Amino acid sequence: MAVKVIELKCIGCGKCVRICPFEAIEMKNKKAVINDKCTACGQCIEACPVKAIEKVEERKRAGSVNVDEYRGVWVFAEQRQGSLMNVAIELLGEGRKIADSLNVPLTAVLLGRDVDEIAEKLIKYGADEVLYANHELLDIYTTDAYAKVIYELVTERKPEIFLFGATNLGRDLAPRLSARIHTGLTADCTKLDVDLENRRLMQTRPAFGGNLMATIICPDHRPQMATVRPGVMEKAKYDENRTGKIIKFTPYLVEEDIKSKVLEVVKAAKAQVALEDAKIIVSGGRGLGGPEGFKLIKELADKLGGVVGASRATVDAGWIEQSHQVGQTGKTVRPDLYIACGISGAIQHLAGMQDSKVIVAINKDPEAPIFKVADFGIVGDLYDVIPELVKALDDVDDIVESFKSLQD
Amino acid sequence: MNIIVCIKQVPNTNEVRIDPVKGTLIREGVPSIINPDDRNALEEALRIKDSHDDVKVIVLSMGPPQADAAIREAIAMGADEGILLSDRAFAGSDTWATSTALAAGVKYIGDFDIIFCGRQAIDGDTAQVGPQLAEHLGLPQITYVEELKIEGDKVIAKRALENGYFVIEAKMPVLLTAIKELNKPRYPSIKGIYDAYKGDKVKVLTAKDVNADFDNIGLEGSPTQVMRSFTPPGRTGQGEIFQGDYKESVKKLVVRLREKHLV
Repeated sequence: MAVKVIELKCIGCGKCVRICPFEAIEMKNKKAVINDKCTACGQCIEACPVKAIEKVEERKRAGSVNVDEYRGVWVFAEQRQGSLMNVAIELLGEGRKIADSLNVPLTAVLLGRDVDEIAEKLIKYGADEVLYANHELLDIYTTDAYAKVIYELVTERKPEIFLFGATNLGRDLAPRLSARIHTGLTADCTKLDVDLENRRLMQTRPAFGGNLMATIICPDHRPQMATVRPGVMEKAKYDENRTGKIIKFTPYLVEEDIKSKVLEVVKAAKAQVALEDAKIIVSGGRGLGGPEGFKLIKELADKLGGVVGASRATVDAGWIEQSHQVGQTGKTVRPDLYIACGISGAIQHLAGMQDSKVIVAINKDPEAPIFKVADFGIVGDLYDVIPELVKALDDVDDIVESFKSLQD
Repeated sequence: MNIIVCIKQVPNTNEVRIDPVKGTLIREGVPSIINPDDRNALEEALRIKDSHDDVKVIVLSMGPPQADAAIREAIAMGADEGILLSDRAFAGSDTWATSTALAAGVKYIGDFDIIFCGRQAIDGDTAQVGPQLAEHLGLPQITYVEELKIEGDKVIAKRALENGYFVIEAKMPVLLTAIKELNKPRYPSIKGIYDAYKGDKVKVLTAKDVNADFDNIGLEGSPTQVMRSFTPPGRTGQGEIFQGDYKESVKKLVVRLREKHLV
């Protein structure tokens, strides 16, 4: 707490209690006592007629810096094998907004080998400046080489905010870097806002499996680092005519810098389930009763030109691969249409899909929480409903016509 | 060979429910478990112990005194001994402060070849403590390990990507983080459970005992602060729920989807 009452001076007049906007002061034994609702706004300090309330300077935290020396918003532009990850474009979209509100440039940090065309692309997606480290040892991501190069850039140029995609590699790099820099890092943010008064980044993220949201700040350390899950932020718009500055350089790196060596890169033979990019997703849950239920889900998804999603319970039960999982520990999706079949709607699942434009729920249990978030729902056995729906999708025009005639 | 496995005792978030009236978390009666990814880390350490001579597995955890139960369970599964860092000074730690505390614990243990962590804990899902601990100790790291081989003084790991994997080699000592694809954790045996509570296998240590840096632990040592927390706003739009004859329901649904230009 940053405000304290000097008990000896307090006369118990109660002026501070009345002026406090947060109900943070109580009278106990005729003395003012500050409780944990206090935001240190200082209203009471001015109100006290006997100067019995004063501000306590907070102890400087270890590793804290002069935050005014840090300016600018950076995003890490992750590329793999020469192609830019979608999440980087989403970060540029979000980073642009933050940079504009703080009135500072937006910088993309690009590491790789001969990826000049990506550098150009980053400008067209909204970066004012690209810091482009070009080196053969940066061709494939390694924790050691990437952390070394980026650490040097950060200490030299001092950005105030640095965003990373929460990919499997972003979640390897960002924590390593934050520890080296000695700054805070907030994982998997779903919302970022700026407090313009003190230029603080307010980072909102789910916790407890999505049961709770928390807004995190990093007041005394810089840069304020955060990772953002793929699919959460809106992509930046591409502007062919946009111009900016590309700073290409060759960092000093030798083989010995890399302690964890990548011997081989293997791409999965199977096409990746592009859940994050899908316009329509049909998901199955525990209500399917077994792995064979996903055949039905797939049938409906194919019919709609969508892809198959799954709840955590089905993945844990081994009915379907993890790559299909939607939810707090799976993927975050925001399709135009999300059809949840036999999914009860645990908070952890809702966290990953409640931004879908239209949600349809099919479930036997009318009390299932999924119906609370659904735009449309059918209470019924999915083994009846889905085949019927697949059939009905062939006759949409007729069905719509017959309903119209009923209404007329 | 010494392997340190870092574990965290967590509430089983699958069983956390929201009070529908107050909109708050109901934590009462929610069982505490060993964090699932940490269990995979432990299992892999135990497999190395099973297949190599002279391997000692030490479990390290930071938490309240009750976390003793998680460490005993790990010992019942086959770990040799455990250390619990438990001190009010650690309370309120963010991932930075947690990793500095664990680093102090590791230095207290001293000799090790592998530090094994779970990728992330289900109560926070950050996946940050492993890499941060590696940085404090100056160790190479391999995260998201889904397969592991030991060859001489090196480890060779398959490291999962979203659409494939890297094969990564690093010299020990090294820090690894495990994902659930790595293995299927064993259950503790009856004898194991009995032995885990026999003798003095768990040491409870304070921040002072492990010579932790008081400026970098607990709430005060954490660069990040929770400004506020709240239960997520649900969608408020009142949905249209069809009951009764499913054939009729499907027709109504199709009409609505057409109105939204979705079919």
